[in-house]
Amino acid sequence: MAQKEYAGKVIELDDNGYFTNPDQWTKEMAKEMAKENGEELTDKHFEILEFIREKIKSGQSLTIRSIGKSGITDIKSFYKLFPGAPLKKATLYAGVSKPSSCV
Amino acid sequence: MAEEVKHPLKKVLMICAKGSLEDVLATLVMANGAVMEGIETKVFFTFFGLDGITKKRLNKLHTATVGNPAMRMPGGLPFPTWLGSIPGVEAGVSAMMKKQIEDLDIPKVDEFLEMIVAGGGEIFACKLAADMFKLKKEDLIDEVKDIITIGEFYEMADGLQTQIIFT
Repeated sequence: MAQKEYAGKVIELDDNGYFTNPDQWTKEMAKEMAKENGEELTDKHFEILEFIREKIKSGQSLTIRSIGKSGITDIKSFYKLFPGAPLKKATLYAGVSKPSSCV
Repeated sequence: MAEEVKHPLKKVLMICAKGSLEDVLATLVMANGAVMEGIETKVFFTFFGLDGITKKRLNKLHTATVGNPAMRMPGGLPFPTWLGSIPGVEAGVSAMMKKQIEDLDIPKVDEFLEMIVAGGGEIFACKLAADMFKLKKEDLIDEVKDIITIGEFYEMADGLQTQIIFT
C-alpha cells in the first residue's frame, strides 16, 4: 500500500498506483496524474473518465469494447486520447482499480 | 543484490494457422490484448486460419466437435466423439459457444479485427496459403493490410523485445 499527494490530499494507492478508494477522486487529481505523464486532459477525456467511473460504480465489467459503444468515442480515438495502453491509463486517471478484463 | 532489469515486450508477431472458432478467437484475444498494452502487434493468417479473415467465412466459424478430447457436455460429462458427428450437433455446439462468448463481451470475429486495427494492430494474409485456397485481396476483409510471404513477415520481427507466437 502506497500513499501519494494529489491536489493537496493524501490518497491511498495500490501497488500499481491505482486508487483504492474511488470516492477520494476529483478532477483536479486526474489533471495532476496526467501532467506527470506530460498529458493535458480535455473535456472529452473527462467524459470518458466519468463513463468509466459510472460503469465501475454500478459493478459492470469494463472493456475497450464497452467504451467503443459508449457513444462518447470510438475505439480509434480512445487509443489516441490515452496513448499507449488506453484502458490501463484511463482507469488510472479515473481513480478506479486496475482493469481486470482481457478484452 | 542488484535490482533485476526488466525488458517488457515491445513488439509481438502472431501466426494463426487454424480456422476453428476458438483457435481464431484465441489469436484475436491475444492480439487485441497486446494492442491494449501498447505493444506493437502484427498478425499473420495462414492455411485454415485464413477463414478468420475471409469475408464470406469469418462470422461462420465453427467449434470442432469431433477429435476434441477436451469437449464437454453442459454440466461437465464427457462429450462422445460419435455424438459430434451427427448432423447439426456441431452447429448447435458452435451456436452455444458463440452465445457464451458474447456474454463475456467478447466481440464477433469481424468486430474483433476492427478493434485490433483501430488500436494500431496490423493484419496480414499468407501468400502461399492464399494462392492455395485461390483467395484474392478482395475476398479478404478490408482490414487486411497486405498479402505477404513468411519471409516478409519475419523481416518485421526486427527489434529488441520482440516475440513471435504461433497459436
